Amino acid sequence: MADIWTSTLWPLIVMVAQSLLVLVVLLIAIAFILLGDRKIWAAVQMRRGPNVVGPFGLLQSFADLLKFVLKEPVIPSGSNKGVFLLAPLVSCVLALAAWAVIPMNLGWVIADLNVGVLYIFAISSLSVYGIIMAGWSSNSKYPFLAALRSAAQMVSYEVSIGFVIITVMLCVGSLNLSAIVMAQDGKWGMLGWYFIPLFPMFVVFYVSALAETNRPPFDLVEAESELVAGFMTEYGSTPYLLFMLGEYVAIVTMCALATILFLGGWLSPIPFAPFTWVPGIIWFTLKVLFMFFLIAMAKAIVPRYRYDQLMRLGWKVFLPLSLGYVILVAAVLQFGGLAPK
Amino acid sequence: MIAALFFYLFAGVCVASAVMVIASRNPVHAVLFLILAFVNASGLFVLMGAEFLAMLLIVVYVGAVAVLFLFVIMMLDVDFAQLREGFIEYLPFGLLIGVIFLAELLLVVGGWVINPNVTKSITSAIPAGISNTEALGLVLYTKYIHYFQLSAMVLLVAMIGAIVLTLRHKATVKRQDINVQNARTPALAMDVRKVTVGQGLQDADASEWVK
Repeated sequence: MADIWTSTLWPLIVMVAQSLLVLVVLLIAIAFILLGDRKIWAAVQMRRGPNVVGPFGLLQSFADLLKFVLKEPVIPSGSNKGVFLLAPLVSCVLALAAWAVIPMNLGWVIADLNVGVLYIFAISSLSVYGIIMAGWSSNSKYPFLAALRSAAQMVSYEVSIGFVIITVMLCVGSLNLSAIVMAQDGKWGMLGWYFIPLFPMFVVFYVSALAETNRPPFDLVEAESELVAGFMTEYGSTPYLLFMLGEYVAIVTMCALATILFLGGWLSPIPFAPFTWVPGIIWFTLKVLFMFFLIAMAKAIVPRYRYDQLMRLGWKVFLPLSLGYVILVAAVLQFGGLAPK
Repeated sequence: MIAALFFYLFAGVCVASAVMVIASRNPVHAVLFLILAFVNASGLFVLMGAEFLAMLLIVVYVGAVAVLFLFVIMMLDVDFAQLREGFIEYLPFGLLIGVIFLAELLLVVGGWVINPNVTKSITSAIPAGISNTEALGLVLYTKYIHYFQLSAMVLLVAMIGAIVLTLRHKATVKRQDINVQNARTPALAMDVRKVTVGQGLQDADASEWVK
């Protein structure tokens, strides 16, 4: 009995507790990040943004949550009900599942997978199903068009994200996310992080992350002037809330991935005394917030792309660029004797 | 014990969803069940310690192939009555394929029964102390490099074939060249003319103006 307790049950309880902790912290953070997104957007347009609920509007997201949850969910009679309700769950659960492998500090990770990067890549490639299922099951023209657009868009930009990940993997020699961060650790601090030698890839990753998460300027999936609300047209109340939640969690996941791949994860940017005393989780959070700020600014500043421009950028600009950089980095590592053991 | 529990979970769901692929009447549901079967199969790969293959199965088959599959089926207007009509006609072929698969399965399982050590006699065992991603790379890029490149060539030929089949150059379609569009300046796009009152543009000017 004691054997089962120590070998099976106790690790299981610890793992469940860790997962719950990450989930709760992440969801509360998302509430404020969503508010921050709206505030940044408003500030660029010289508006105030949400400022009524709570001090500085800090509780706005929670008021929205209550409103969504308390409303009646409407299911269109012509829809495919099972798939219709499954779609928001798929997109939300998949977005949250990616956080199982993200290291927030040295050893602060629920599952330290050998193939962590691939896991996140796989999960983000699955997230297209939430949108396709929603678009098809709504049995309505606009959601269906949005689903077709989204599938083509996400599959296209995944290709360049894949090549970006391959370049970083070539430099590190491992697929483990913690190993990727530790490979950027050195005596030069932030000058040793990968965003300097791989700067073109950092830019490609940033733009592809915008396209992959359907953020403006690539939000053709929910382009309101053409498609009403895209695949979410027929959704309301809690299912709609799950879509929104999934979308924001996916954005923060992309920010975290950019932090780990290019900005040295939890490492301190300046490698001496007062800065190295700061806990890694704080550096990690600051970097994720910085990446999110960049993404929020893109939403506020850049006008929406046309669909053919989007496809051209993905296939004719990013694909050759990232493929060329993979070859360049591989050649430099091989012939410069820099290849990781 | 947890591993065994998850094995039966993944295996059970995998088999059940495989049955649902052929049993469900709606083709979109069938593809969704196929995707569920893929995901559970990758779960089984993880349990076997082949996490690289598991992730690749999801990225390639679920993330890309099944999306296109679902796409085609969603766009097709499938007529169920017409599908049922040919059922008897194609039954012999279906049975033939089923019998072939069954025979192959029986051969494999029979091999295990006759010689239980056959699973251990793999040609390239994973060396101790390295991850299976690395082990796969060490075999794939050294011992099997020619097969690897050959399969890459096959895929390249298939890709070129698909492009050749679908590429159309229609003269009537207006194509946009982004570089030309970006290179346009007000001087190229606009022409300011002085028009004498009562005369309008002369024909010679007009033809140039239209251009």
